[in-house]
Order: sequence, then structure tokens, then C-alpha cells
Amino acid sequence: MIGLYRPGSTPIHRAGAGLKLLMLLVGTTALVLVRTPLAVAVGAAVVVGASAVAVLPPALMWQQLRPLRWFVLALVPLQLWAGGWRAVVVSVGTLLVTVTAAAVVTLTTRVTAVLDVIEHLTTPLRRFGVDPERIALVLALTIRAVPVLASTLDEVRDARRARGLERSPRALLVPLVVRTLRHADRLGEALAARGVDD
Amino acid sequence: MIELDGVTHRYGDRTVLRDVTLTLTDRRVAVIGANGSGKSTLARTLNGLVVPSQGRVRVNGHDTRTDGAAVRREVGFVFTDPDAQIVMPTVGEDVASSLRRSGISRHDRDERVADVLTRFGLDGHADHPAHLLSGGQKQLLALASVLVTEPKVLVCDEPTTLLDLRNSRRVAQLLADLPQQVVLVTHHLDLVADYERVPVIDEGAVVHDGPAATAVPAYLRLMRA
Ligand SMILES: Nc1ncnc2c1ncn2[C@@H]1O[C@H](COP(=O)(O)OP(=O)(O)OP(=O)(O)O)[C@@H](O)[C@H]1O
Ligand SMILES: [Mg+2]
Repeated sequence: MIGLYRPGSTPIHRAGAGLKLLMLLVGTTALVLVRTPLAVAVGAAVVVGASAVAVLPPALMWQQLRPLRWFVLALVPLQLWAGGWRAVVVSVGTLLVTVTAAAVVTLTTRVTAVLDVIEHLTTPLRRFGVDPERIALVLALTIRAVPVLASTLDEVRDARRARGLERSPRALLVPLVVRTLRHADRLGEALAARGVDD
Repeated sequence: MIELDGVTHRYGDRTVLRDVTLTLTDRRVAVIGANGSGKSTLARTLNGLVVPSQGRVRVNGHDTRTDGAAVRREVGFVFTDPDAQIVMPTVGEDVASSLRRSGISRHDRDERVADVLTRFGLDGHADHPAHLLSGGQKQLLALASVLVTEPKVLVCDEPTTLLDLRNSRRVAQLLADLPQQVVLVTHHLDLVADYERVPVIDEGAVVHDGPAATAVPAYLRLMRA
């Protein structure tokens, strides 16, 4: 769900990142607190409407929800047994609506815009010695690390297979750790060269 | 202008640079030498990433030992592995992030980012996730993110090692066309043919210093010996 920004110029794309994050926070909190089918229906209408205004294709939205399908399948009988159909609608509906809402925000907001908001919000912490730019940078690096780690894992797995060591966890872990540490080292150097520590 | 004055550097009891004295005023400088000869260490002294055990390095008058931050504002550095140089999730954001601290307005920032992306053939990729670029495009992005801050000197440590022939030529051409001073460390001898100044490093010492026309043959003789 990270780094999936889809460029566009709809009102939802242009709305401030701070506003979108605030609405996401308020909306999901309300949904979780109220817990009625009516609230879920209103929430669903809002997120479906928002994704339509943002011109996000239904297939793309389905991609965001797909990872939840097993979880939902497990949730349905559990909730049915615990509280009947009403509980199913409320719990599954709340889950789907909040995840969709989060997806609408991430798909229409640049990571940098989110970082700007976080930097802004953490500015009061400056007097306690916290550097807001540092926080924003760490978050950006974390997001950026996800694909880098994933591709390292792929390469290490391939190398392990090429040497016929598929079953050896050591042949996976040792090179993964070594390469990740080397990556961290190089990244640190590149940041120092960009003057981050100055 | 880059001045190295009696630069010696040790890692533990291993001497990696031996009394290197160079005054580099040429616009195109390439450093060549065998693996482990000390090229990367030499390059890292130029922006204060490595402060030498002995001797002094100055870039446009700023001493790397006492004035590291000023040196790093003047010197851009491009490394071999582009993945370790890209800090933001998307192409445009990575270039823009270099300008976050520069205090220029958002409008000017966007304009400069767009300019640089066009120059590097990355326009149209601004909102592209950086991890989906090819290796060559990633290195172009790393270069773009460094050049957007308009450093006066650019140091590149084997920027083309991970690239195929076409992409290395592309990067080499971009370096050749830059107005600023370039110091290129490389094993790709064909890329340095036009370089005016090519110090050859062997076991931490400068063993030859001259234009590519004399330095490359000297290096090849050294390798054969
Ligand atoms: N951080 C370090 N700690 C200890 N020794 C180091 C360190 N960095 C480099 N060295 C050693 O210093 C010597 C010179 O290394 P350097 O990386 O400068 O060589 P190089 O000419 O760039 O080699 P290559 O062509 O392989 O990149 C090598 O013997 C290396 O093992
Ligand atoms: Mg090297």
C-alpha cells in the first residue's frame, strides 16, 4: 500500500495532505466508535464516492482490498457466531471501509506531502531536541527500504537456488543480513555525502 | 580547484594513501588504478567523508578537516550502487528531496526538478516508483539528485560499473557535457580517453600523472609488469 501514488488532478488529489489525513483519522475513529450498519453504509458511500471523484479504477481498488480476503473469510463465521448478521456487517464493513479510505488517501497523496505534514506536526517537539526533518527523513528511508529489501531477498533466494541450497535457512539469512548491512553502510555514506549530518 | 597536500591515510596499521600531493585545476580529472590501490579512499577525501590521517585537502579553499560542511556544499558525490543513493520512494520526490534544505520556494523547486529530469531523460517518470527503474535509469536518477543542487565539483566513484554499455556511454556523455569540474574514478578506460588529467594510483601512491594519452598506456604497462 506504500508508495502507490497515482498522479492526477482531481479535487481529491489537490486537497491538502493534512486535511485528507485528518478526515481519515476522524472518519475511521467515528466508524469504530459508532459501530452501526447505518454508519458503515454512510462510510461506504463516502469512500466509493471519493474513489469515483478521484477517478481510481475499481480494479485498482480491488487490488488494495484483495490481501484482506482470507482475513474476511475467517472473520465472517466468527462474527456470525458471536453476534449474528449485524455483527458481520459492522465488523467486515468497518474493515473494508477503513482500508478503502486509507487506500484513497495513499493513492492520491504524494509521500513527500505526507512527510511535510509530519514534519510540520512534529515541529513543536523541536524544543525537546527532536529534529522534525530527521523524523521525516527516517520515515522516507523506511518506505524506500521496503522494495530494496524485497529485491535483495529475491536475489539471495535465486542465488541459494542456483547453488542447490534451497533448504538451508543459513544460505538465506547470512547473505541477507550481510547485504542489508552493506546497504545500510552505503546509504549512510550517501546521506553523509549529501550533507545530512552537517 | 582541488589541492591535496602530503595526504597519507591509514586504516589501522595499513597505509592506504601515501603522501599524495596533487593540484587539480583541470575540468576533467579521472583517477585510475588497480583494485585496492586506494582510488575510492582518495575520492572520499575530496568531500571529507574520509579525513586523512596526515596532510590536508582543500576544495576551492575550504579545508575538509575544519570546514567539512562547506566542502560538501561544493562537492557532489555519486557512488557505484544507485539503490543506496536513492532516498525517496518516487523519482521526482528523490530529486526534490535534495532541495529540501536549500530554502528555495516550492515553485522554484518544482521547476528545477522538472528541468533536471528532462536533462536526464527521466521526464514522464516523475511520479514513477524509483524501484521500478532499470539500473541505468536509477544511476541517472542518483546523478540527477546530486546535480540538482548545482555543486561546483562532482566526484564519481565508478558510476558506470553496474551499467551496460549503452547506459555507461550515456552517463559518460552527461559527465563530459557538465560545466563543472568532474573527478571520475573508473576501470572503464575507454570513458577517460578525453580526460585532460589522469593520475594513476598504485598501492596508495600517484605513480603517473598526465593526460589520458600518456596515463592509460602507463597504467597498462603497470598492469603487465
Ligand atoms: N573502511 C575501511 N576499513 C579498512 N580498510 C579499508 C576501508 N576502506 C578501504 N580499505 C582498504 O583500503 C585499501 C584501498 O581501498 P579503496 O577502496 O580505496 O581501493 P580502490 O582503489 O577503490 O579499489 P577498487 O578498484 O576495488 O574499488 C584496500 O586494501 C581496502 O581493503
Ligand atoms: Mg573503489
